[in-house]
Amino acid sequence: MYLNPRIEQKAVKGILWLFTSITVFILIFIVVFILRKGLPVVNSAFLTTNPLDMGKSGGIFSTIVGTIALTLMAILVATPLGVGTAIFLTEYTFETRLTRIIRFGAECLAGIPSIIFGLFGFILFVTKLKFGWSILSGGLTLAFMTLPTIIRTSEEAIRSVPASYRQVSFSLGSTKWQTVTRVVLPSALPGIVTGVILSVGRSIGETAAVIFTAGSVLRIPTSLFSSSRTMAVHFYVLAREGISMSNAYGTAAVLVIAILIINLLTYYLMEKFIRKYS
Amino acid sequence: MSESVAETAAIGVKEFSCFFGQARYLKDINLDVRRNEILGIIGPAASGKSTFLRSLNRLNDLVPETRVEGTIEIDGKNIYAPDVSVVELRRRLGMVFATPVPLPRSVYENVIFGNRMAGMKKRRRLEELAEESLRQAGLWEEVCDRLHSSALKLSGGQQQRLCIARILALRPEFILLDEPTSGLDPISTMKIEESLRRLKEDYTIILVTNNTKQAARIADRTAFFLSGELIEIGPTEKIFTAPECSKTNDYISGRFG
Repeated sequence: MYLNPRIEQKAVKGILWLFTSITVFILIFIVVFILRKGLPVVNSAFLTTNPLDMGKSGGIFSTIVGTIALTLMAILVATPLGVGTAIFLTEYTFETRLTRIIRFGAECLAGIPSIIFGLFGFILFVTKLKFGWSILSGGLTLAFMTLPTIIRTSEEAIRSVPASYRQVSFSLGSTKWQTVTRVVLPSALPGIVTGVILSVGRSIGETAAVIFTAGSVLRIPTSLFSSSRTMAVHFYVLAREGISMSNAYGTAAVLVIAILIINLLTYYLMEKFIRKYS
Repeated sequence: MSESVAETAAIGVKEFSCFFGQARYLKDINLDVRRNEILGIIGPAASGKSTFLRSLNRLNDLVPETRVEGTIEIDGKNIYAPDVSVVELRRRLGMVFATPVPLPRSVYENVIFGNRMAGMKKRRRLEELAEESLRQAGLWEEVCDRLHSSALKLSGGQQQRLCIARILALRPEFILLDEPTSGLDPISTMKIEESLRRLKEDYTIILVTNNTKQAARIADRTAFFLSGELIEIGPTEKIFTAPECSKTNDYISGRFG
């Protein structure tokens, strides 16, 4: 089929524009829908009081605390493990069969449904290791769930640091570790942080894996061994059991806004960091 | 003359070969580098001149499956001996690459990068070193008012002189230059050649260049490499007027390469 190049150009541009608009429209639709339904119940009392009557009334304070505790736990475990693995794979080994197997394994891990991680976490952490339904069990489960994402994005980011930087660093008498920490990681940081942020988002929004491992107790967690309910689980329970749709949407609105704030804050910090380093 | 020269040889390369996997990139190289000379190394692409340069500071170690035979001695000590600290070695032989590679940080932090990695912490000393090195590289006047802005904002020629300053800050004994002006305009090139002539007083310089005229201009002696072999080495004047080997003659007169 022959098309006049000018018409083709215009048609392609139009189609791509349409695709982009559809994507943006869906995004905006979801956010606006949730905020319109949820924001009316969100006020300072909603944020600072604990749920009453299984969540029918009261606020969502304990679930906010639970979400933060669980996500923090997951990220604090997954980031060093993931970034460390990525550093090893890219800087400390040459490409071999073993590194390919590790990478393939990480990729497969990324495709496993979260509920299976939940089941795994339940069997290993909750029952076998006797951590019970707790922040610890839930956090570790989420850490393993998000690990592949962090490994892959960190690896990509580290790999895209120009080889000449490493060469220069070595030629100036740096050790490998100095080269990694002073030259490679600062340059790879934006990519690594993107991976971590994606993982934070997934951890905050996760339900299946969390119900199995952290439980859904409505009290404020007091230790790593407390069971806890996250906002996402709270939303699920409220909606699933028909306890209170308005409070469910309120929770959802808070969730969406929280993720938005985390993203904005990180990109702001990142900008500052990049300006310092270039 | 040759007797006294042998005594002052700073680097002695003996029967040196370098392999990447099965492929042999350098074949039985024998040559001496004398103190405070500029040794020019010329030769066509893939003649092994960069590989040779990178053998001197063991940068080839970073390439998987590298293997060497023979010895390279600096002050009588084989740098491929198992007890040699590669990190120390690289501080003694500063290297400048074909494309200037400023690290993504400030001018000042670039200059003292090597010193920081070596654990130097005294701020006064670092600042002195930075100024001295930038002056030696002929860059101080141009950057003294923006030491703390990004090195990536400098022009190509300035970046390359920054790279020279960066190795000078380590007070090396040798300066290895791998086609340092290949990406630069004639004026920047001239400035760098001027710096090199001055630096010869205190350092021993090995200059790999694709530009034979550059070797003719500033090298005291010139070596001609071809397919991993050293074809000829001698005083620059002799190499460029009456080379012993016809291949050398063909190359410098532009018949190939």
